[in-house]
Amino acid sequence: MIDVQQITKRYGQHTAIDRVTFSLAKGEVLAFLGPNGAGKTTTMRILTCFMPATEGRATVAGYDCLEQPLEVKRRIGYLPETPPVYQELTVGEYLRFVGRLRGLTGATLTSAMSREIERLGLGSVQHRLIGNLSRGYRQRVGLAQALIHDPPILILDEPTVGLDPKQIIEIRELIKSLAGSHSVILSTHILPEATAVCQRVVIISGGRIVAEDTPDRLSTRLRHSEKVALTLTRPAGDTEARLRQVDGVLHVHANGPTGHFLLESQLGKDIREEIARLAVTSNWGLVELKLISMTLEDVFLKLTRHEEGLPHGSEQAASPALTMESGKEGASA
Amino acid sequence: MTPVNTLLAKELRSYFVSPVVYVVGAVFLLIVGLLAYIYIVFTGVQAIQIMQVQGQSQVNLNDLVFRNLFSSLRFVLLIVLPILTMRLFAEEKKLRTFEFLMTSPISLNEIVAGKFVSVFLLFLGLLGLTGLIPLTLALFSDFDWYPVLTGYLGLVLLGALFIAVGGLASALTENQIVAAFVSFGLLLFFWLLAGVGSLLGDTPAGQVISYLSFMEHYDHLVRGLVDTRDLVYFVSALTLMLFLTHRVVDSTRWK
Repeated sequence: MIDVQQITKRYGQHTAIDRVTFSLAKGEVLAFLGPNGAGKTTTMRILTCFMPATEGRATVAGYDCLEQPLEVKRRIGYLPETPPVYQELTVGEYLRFVGRLRGLTGATLTSAMSREIERLGLGSVQHRLIGNLSRGYRQRVGLAQALIHDPPILILDEPTVGLDPKQIIEIRELIKSLAGSHSVILSTHILPEATAVCQRVVIISGGRIVAEDTPDRLSTRLRHSEKVALTLTRPAGDTEARLRQVDGVLHVHANGPTGHFLLESQLGKDIREEIARLAVTSNWGLVELKLISMTLEDVFLKLTRHEEGLPHGSEQAASPALTMESGKEGASA
Repeated sequence: MTPVNTLLAKELRSYFVSPVVYVVGAVFLLIVGLLAYIYIVFTGVQAIQIMQVQGQSQVNLNDLVFRNLFSSLRFVLLIVLPILTMRLFAEEKKLRTFEFLMTSPISLNEIVAGKFVSVFLLFLGLLGLTGLIPLTLALFSDFDWYPVLTGYLGLVLLGALFIAVGGLASALTENQIVAAFVSFGLLLFFWLLAGVGSLLGDTPAGQVISYLSFMEHYDHLVRGLVDTRDLVYFVSALTLMLFLTHRVVDSTRWK
């Protein structure tokens, strides 16, 4: 439904997004994950034809965003960062206005309005002025606005911001229920949200895509990207070299004070037993041998913090990028 | 409803649910009524004086009331219309609904047209209410309706131009106060061009500068002269302003 090829957006000297490439299949829910200022909103604004890309090509539902913006706009429901509500209108008036603007009339409009009011729990506030509603209700009105014309594609910029935990769960359930019949892109900087709702996660940082995979595969990978911390009281001169010779060990870092080592092992390979045997037989004084598994947060932080050394963010480079940082888990790619 | 009608209806609704239109409308009608009252009373006093001297009196209401009134109305419009237009685009940008509008399936032409027409209709409504003044006068006196109607045509064209300038100013900023002041500034500038033009007199430069100002064209209509030149001026100036608004709104997306 969405195909983005090498889009770049520059504001003067500043490059907001750099050669971003990804695609979205019909019925798929994709999360755009990244810290604030990573380029999530810019990408979404290009997809919704709000602004043109400096370079590259974006097609939505088969229509080019530059050449046929009206066709693209008809097929998209878009919730910007700030819910785009007119404070002087009531919820009902606003939804009627939006529905008409998107070409709904008569009975279709009425039924679409009652469907969204029902779906987002706006029944009790539909005759109230939006200006008098709380942040959470405005956010829901914003969502209703994006859904009212039942678009095949939904683009939601941080849809759960400003909601209370109960509402967040409701909205996540709603998005999940849309999967299959709708293609959804949502941006977030909250990791669990991405894993809870989406079938695929694109991690974006500094304007480049640094990783892309399903949440399951991401976490599977992370579970297997094992690191082992080793502490010895009597390390010998050749300890580091001999540790490196153990089957499955990829890297050995002398970590901090003498005797502390950080070992990186191949995916799915537990090297602890072998290391323990070696340490004991060599009489290095083994005091600690600990498996350090990276959480999704660790990788996310790593990916988004040290973007300098990363491969540039085309899709091909994206998967190995997961394992960057001096190629520790290099074998995964 | 087409998208442009939908937007137009929503804009009008937004005006009528906010106090602005009532306050501005009331002040506008009050000032116009007061001005008309002053000119009529003044004319009455003159008529009595003439009658005392000459024994009979035939004052020209067209000259003494309507021309004065129409001349003063220029200034009233200059104050009132920027207040009505300042919110057009600035408010959308401030409240972040601009992005919503620009990502809705409505073309930029339709957005600019819908917004312009909404204020224009509002203005026509207010102007229609001032029609009570000539209608009331017609009950008690005789005057020539033709220059009154061309004067109203002048007001309609002048108002449309002022609204387009106000819309342009509003597209330039997200601050409504700034938008209002920019439109005051632009309108006063074009007003004063007439002065510069008459200083330069009958030189080519003077003629060009006078032509650029709306003053001369409006004056012709108030005096009952319907000249194609003046109509062309208003239509082309209006088109230019709407075109510039379109460009400015379009360019804000690129930033």
